[in-house]
Amino acid sequence: MQHTSLKQLATLLAGGKASSVELCQDYLDRIERLNPQLNAFISVDRARTLAEALAADERRARGETSPLLGVPIAHKDIFCAEGWRTTCGSKMLADFVAPYDAHVIERCKAAGMPCLGKTNMDEFAMGSSNETSYFGPVKNPWDKRAVPGGSSGGSAAAVAARMCPAATGTDTGGSIRQPAAMTGITGLKPTYGVVSRYGMIAFASSLDQGGPMAPSAEDCALLMNVLAGFDARDSTSLEREAEDYTRDLNQPLAGLRIGLPKEYFGAELAADVGRAVEAAFAEYRRLGAKTVELSLPNTRLSVPVYHVLAPAEASSNLSRYDGVRYGYRAPEYADLTDMYERTRAEGFGAEVKRRIMIGTYVLSHGYYDAYYLQAQKLRRLIAQDFAEAFDACDVIMGPTAPTTAFDLGAKRTDPVQMYLSDIYTVAVNLAGLPGMSVPCGFGDDGRPVGLQIIGNYFSEARLLNVAHQYQLATDWHRRVPGGL
Amino acid sequence: MSLSIDDIKRIAHLARIRVDAEEAARYQAQLNSILGLIEQMRAVDTASIEPMAHARDVQQRLREDTVTEADRRETFQAVAPQVEAGLYLVPKVIE
Repeated sequence: MQHTSLKQLATLLAGGKASSVELCQDYLDRIERLNPQLNAFISVDRARTLAEALAADERRARGETSPLLGVPIAHKDIFCAEGWRTTCGSKMLADFVAPYDAHVIERCKAAGMPCLGKTNMDEFAMGSSNETSYFGPVKNPWDKRAVPGGSSGGSAAAVAARMCPAATGTDTGGSIRQPAAMTGITGLKPTYGVVSRYGMIAFASSLDQGGPMAPSAEDCALLMNVLAGFDARDSTSLEREAEDYTRDLNQPLAGLRIGLPKEYFGAELAADVGRAVEAAFAEYRRLGAKTVELSLPNTRLSVPVYHVLAPAEASSNLSRYDGVRYGYRAPEYADLTDMYERTRAEGFGAEVKRRIMIGTYVLSHGYYDAYYLQAQKLRRLIAQDFAEAFDACDVIMGPTAPTTAFDLGAKRTDPVQMYLSDIYTVAVNLAGLPGMSVPCGFGDDGRPVGLQIIGNYFSEARLLNVAHQYQLATDWHRRVPGGL
Repeated sequence: MSLSIDDIKRIAHLARIRVDAEEAARYQAQLNSILGLIEQMRAVDTASIEPMAHARDVQQRLREDTVTEADRRETFQAVAPQVEAGLYLVPKVIE
């Protein structure tokens, strides 16, 4: 099962060579064996998964043929799934069983994809290393001393260790792309508004976007056909014609103009990561693409702007955790205010509290113009940089992260160093653009390197094409970690 | 500018997060370090730039003013910390 693509799994199922129940049993066995080492899953429920698999097999027996019918998937524990414990990596929701399905979960169920389990993540998706999870850090399958990246680190590690054929993730400032890079898998953050946020626990609502994580771009394209779609319950969901995201996979790349922003190759970029992405550019030139140098001059402002806007939105979104309607409530308190304050002090971890407090401060009386409004203005400049860049190129490329996966604990005590590891990814969220990470080699430490590919609005099919053609010419995405 | 211990206590109270003295000192150092990062953006002249609230310029949709949700009170209250007779219970706020 280890080298089996979604397309191959779908073919096995369609040809009657395997049942969904058999596939799920294989993956559940692998999860049971590897999860004690990697901690990639928070919740596994064998009976529930096998019941969903059996239902998929019955649908096929009745003559249904949807493309991924019976192919299992793991979901980041940020997506509410009815009957599944949905924790968002937090003590606050440690015992919360979701009473409804997120739109993404509904879409996967409609496609007949059984859920293999809920994957570990940074608490409320706030982190770049998976170390802020209440359920403990995830280990990187390539090197268990290393973090898997974050916040979708459980999904990334689970896919990298082939504990699932694919997984969902969410990306607010890089949380699909950065862990994909650090674990040697492929991940896509769609254009803001393409995948519904309904039932996806909110962190920063103007930036959050769900998307696929899988070994290859072809897998991600098949998953996008399932995940994307209009949903009236998300007020920012975009009403668009349904797309076939696989339609351009086989287009040749001759004449493709690749923009290389000089700001993505600064002093913070590790030499080994730089060499791996340069080799990827050379491969693209062999495939007929041209590279052009360009500038995204406001890149350095993107991390500060993000760390005003995202905490501001988070401080508002997370005010709902008050110990009244759901989630944790402190066992002892004197009065209502004390109940709120103790509940939130005990239920949230340190990074979440830091971000709520920063957000509260930048929105507080007298500081709004200096921080929040200023950040919103700079957000426009950052988006304009991309708009101008796309006059000169079709896609933008660079490293996904400045270094390979860092060691567990290396940045845990220094929030600002942790934030700076998202320097190449956050601007894409601020602009609302689609972006991918594609495996393109290894660093000197043997840990994976990711190539980031950024496109204009709604260019997902083109990005997937650009990634797929590279993956036809290289085998980085087929490498799997040894020793598992 | 940098935040004092009193600022930290005020922000924590606004955010309804209880902090003790030792935590307040730790948050003071960490939040000031984060604000140091944020300060970089304040130097840019943005007088003529329109703020951007959202990635896509979208309008709020309208719908018919009809009930679209089923009544699932019992299901939703089943996950609440303390419920009685269909009501959420909180400490007494009115004497």
